[in-house]
Amino acid sequence: MSAARPDGVTDRPLEILNLSRRGFLQGMTAVGGFVLAAGFASEARAADPPKYGADGMPNGWVDDPLVFVAIAPDGLVSITCHRSEMGQGVRTGMPMIVADELEADWKRVRVVQAPGDEKRFGNQDTDGSRSTRHFFTPMRRCGAAARTMLEAAAAKRWGVPVSEVEARNHEVVHAKSGRRLGYGALAQDAAQQPVPARDTVRLKDPSKFRYIGKGQLKLVDGPAMVTGKAQYGIDTRLPGMLYAVVARPPVYGGKVASVDSAEALKVPGVLKVVEIEQSAAPAQFNPVGGVAVVATNTWAAIQGRRALKVVWNDGPNGSYDSAAFKAAMEESARKPGKVVRDNGNLDAGMASAAKKIEAEYYIPHLAHAPMEPPAATVRINGSKAEVWGCFQSPQATKDLVAKRLGLQPADVDVHVTLLGGGFGRKSKPDFAIEAAVVSKAMEGKPVKLTWTREDDLMHTYFHTVSVEHLEAGVDGQGKPVAWLHRSVAPTLFSTFVDGAKNEHALELGMGVINVPFDIASIRIENPEAAAHTRIGWFRAVSNIPHAFAVQSFVAELAAAAGRDPKDYLLEVIGPARRITPEALSDTWNHGESPDKYPVDTGRLRRVVETVAREAGWGRSLPKGRGLGIAAHYSFTSYVASVVEVAVDDAGVITVPRIDVAVDCGATVNPDRVRAQMQGAAVMGLGIATLGEMTFKEGRAQQDNFHTYEVTRMSGAPRETRVYIIPGDYSQPMGGVGEPGVPPIAPALCNAIFAATGKRIRRLPIRDQLKA
Amino acid sequence: MTSVTVNGRRYNVNLPDDTPLLWALRDELGLTGTKYGCGMALCGACTVHVDGQPVRACQTPISAVSGSKVTTIEAVGNDRVGRALQAAWVDMGVPQCGYCQAGQIMSATALLTRTPKPTDAQIDEAMSGNICRCGTYVRVRNAIKQAAATQSGAAR
Repeated sequence: MSAARPDGVTDRPLEILNLSRRGFLQGMTAVGGFVLAAGFASEARAADPPKYGADGMPNGWVDDPLVFVAIAPDGLVSITCHRSEMGQGVRTGMPMIVADELEADWKRVRVVQAPGDEKRFGNQDTDGSRSTRHFFTPMRRCGAAARTMLEAAAAKRWGVPVSEVEARNHEVVHAKSGRRLGYGALAQDAAQQPVPARDTVRLKDPSKFRYIGKGQLKLVDGPAMVTGKAQYGIDTRLPGMLYAVVARPPVYGGKVASVDSAEALKVPGVLKVVEIEQSAAPAQFNPVGGVAVVATNTWAAIQGRRALKVVWNDGPNGSYDSAAFKAAMEESARKPGKVVRDNGNLDAGMASAAKKIEAEYYIPHLAHAPMEPPAATVRINGSKAEVWGCFQSPQATKDLVAKRLGLQPADVDVHVTLLGGGFGRKSKPDFAIEAAVVSKAMEGKPVKLTWTREDDLMHTYFHTVSVEHLEAGVDGQGKPVAWLHRSVAPTLFSTFVDGAKNEHALELGMGVINVPFDIASIRIENPEAAAHTRIGWFRAVSNIPHAFAVQSFVAELAAAAGRDPKDYLLEVIGPARRITPEALSDTWNHGESPDKYPVDTGRLRRVVETVAREAGWGRSLPKGRGLGIAAHYSFTSYVASVVEVAVDDAGVITVPRIDVAVDCGATVNPDRVRAQMQGAAVMGLGIATLGEMTFKEGRAQQDNFHTYEVTRMSGAPRETRVYIIPGDYSQPMGGVGEPGVPPIAPALCNAIFAATGKRIRRLPIRDQLKA
Repeated sequence: MTSVTVNGRRYNVNLPDDTPLLWALRDELGLTGTKYGCGMALCGACTVHVDGQPVRACQTPISAVSGSKVTTIEAVGNDRVGRALQAAWVDMGVPQCGYCQAGQIMSATALLTRTPKPTDAQIDEAMSGNICRCGTYVRVRNAIKQAAATQSGAAR
């Protein structure tokens, strides 16, 4: 906590740091540059003892109140949010945790967005559904330490023992004498108090929480969002700012052969054409290269780009054809591949089975398509640069812009705006590096570089494409005794490591290797697949194909056995037990401690049972309607969904209702948990019914929302009911932003099977049900 | 030079006639509440009112609105229906990332102005041009109904 400047400017909390602690934190988490997710982090330091959770992330966590809290003389409390807001409500939730422990009155709290600076704030990579589960405890300690300092300041001023005073609703009270002092009056003195030692900080008993878990607070950004005042990356405006768009190689790995910019330069408002150097493959977070057009407004830049004549050299991916690739992946999926888990004796199990059942599922490439396409603004002044934009990874932005400009990261300020959707796309700051290159070419003038929708869809870091091949041997009662799953998909690590062809531990750990099923023999194989486009993580990542295949296949087995799909699913999950991830050959475990985060089949069973009960599983429905169920464990949370579908005679699908049960442990903002589940249901439906990116001659074939369709109001569920399993604040929390997505597509397809008897194995459904 | 009236104020815009209203609003007039989403009138993020009718600013050249009154999200709160919708949006926690919500509210304001008590089918029809990638549709629908209810209450 810092006292605010007398002029009331509190945007930057004063840097009164506890140096010894800062030194310790930096030493503990010294990892150079950016690190991709926890998977890379743990590999990079394989020799060190394993670190989990926030400890295992680059630059760890910080809980110092001097960093996050500032109190003005008028009592206004500024709380810094160091995570990026992209719709998950983190700018409300994270400060709410601090405010609760601080005993601050929310009406006198405002939220300040942290710049990119992990050494100061701790890890800022807003992905992996991690913000709350990693920062709940540090933020509680932060608020509680600030409260302790206010109490100490008041006790000192009154000359009474600190045990006699208590912070309560924005003031400190001495009950014996009836004296009270507001936080504003105490701010200066409190900032001079030592930050209490971490192990002495007294956290509230959860029964005393005033905001955490209550859900009564409105979104801090709500009013700005509904009045047009909210500032996104694309909204940045600076004096003298120029505008740019980029023509990028249509094929990943391609480059400019020649450029004729004569016509482009004739377009009114166009100022300059700037070539952006192609980065060597794998591109990582670097730009793919191309030709930027700089103009006095966005439209002129777009018109100028249209007038460019660029000849491209396509490179080795110029023959990528997604239809041919599907056939090649299917061929791989039908042959043995790298064994990544092997329990029991699969061959003996299959041999002893009364019956063998197999099925193959296809899930195409997807594009994130956040409503705000990527946009960044850069201004360079000598050895310093400033960056504004919608970044999920502000530290990587800082490091990589600095690297590209030959500056020190400390000399690059990264201002994080609101994100108009992220979904993983905005974890990759290639667009900021592009803006930096163009600004440099314009003598450092501020340049806002905007991706058009076409750019966004055709040049994103695509969700992988996959073929999931499953075989089961079942006994006389139809129960599986042997389970073989071959997952074939280009890995997102191909974007970072040249030639990577196998799914990484973090992809396998997303619901293929760690199926917690009660089956005697389980073998998981991962045949190779090369990537021919730029692959990246998309909300829920590999859980999407894995859950679709696994939860569809379980329902197929149930149907073959003539059993109720819900009862059968529970039987396959088996009795309640806590399974250590190692027993499932899962070395990743979401980067979390295997002791704190085992796979708990009791919790998985409970969400299935809850959603079935609440959805009225088994209720009678008119012809053409059906219920489908699916459950999935991801990002350390347990989610089960029941989709009610209506399929008309023409094969048109509507979804009257979705029910979702989620066990993410205890919650900070239950209304946002509900919102995330509701939104995930819509995205899941879009994945199931509409979404597909295809490639021909290496080129993405979908370029806007008429060809890359997403769910609209008319296709959305009319109603989505969410049931949150009550949690315990003493237990580890789970993720919320992503786990709602994976169960939706299989639940929908299982519902379609119930309604029509038709089994969908290839996404998207599109017109597969049409006569 | 084109003259346009936006939110009750007259501006002279020195841009080619075929410049879409969207970019004139955002880059020239600094009214960034109106959002770019697709540039092809497919997503509704850029919805504004021209003489009270919802239009997609990305496909409307400035020359087409020179004699018209343009209203954007920045001023829709001056309208009773717009204000009721904004209040319902905040109260029901509709926004997630919030980016598309300006367009959603502009479309919803046009709907409720024309049809004070819309049916679900009418909501579908009026709102299906507005994409929300966060998937807030259930709450958008409920907020429209809540605003409609408060409006009919106010009218009584």
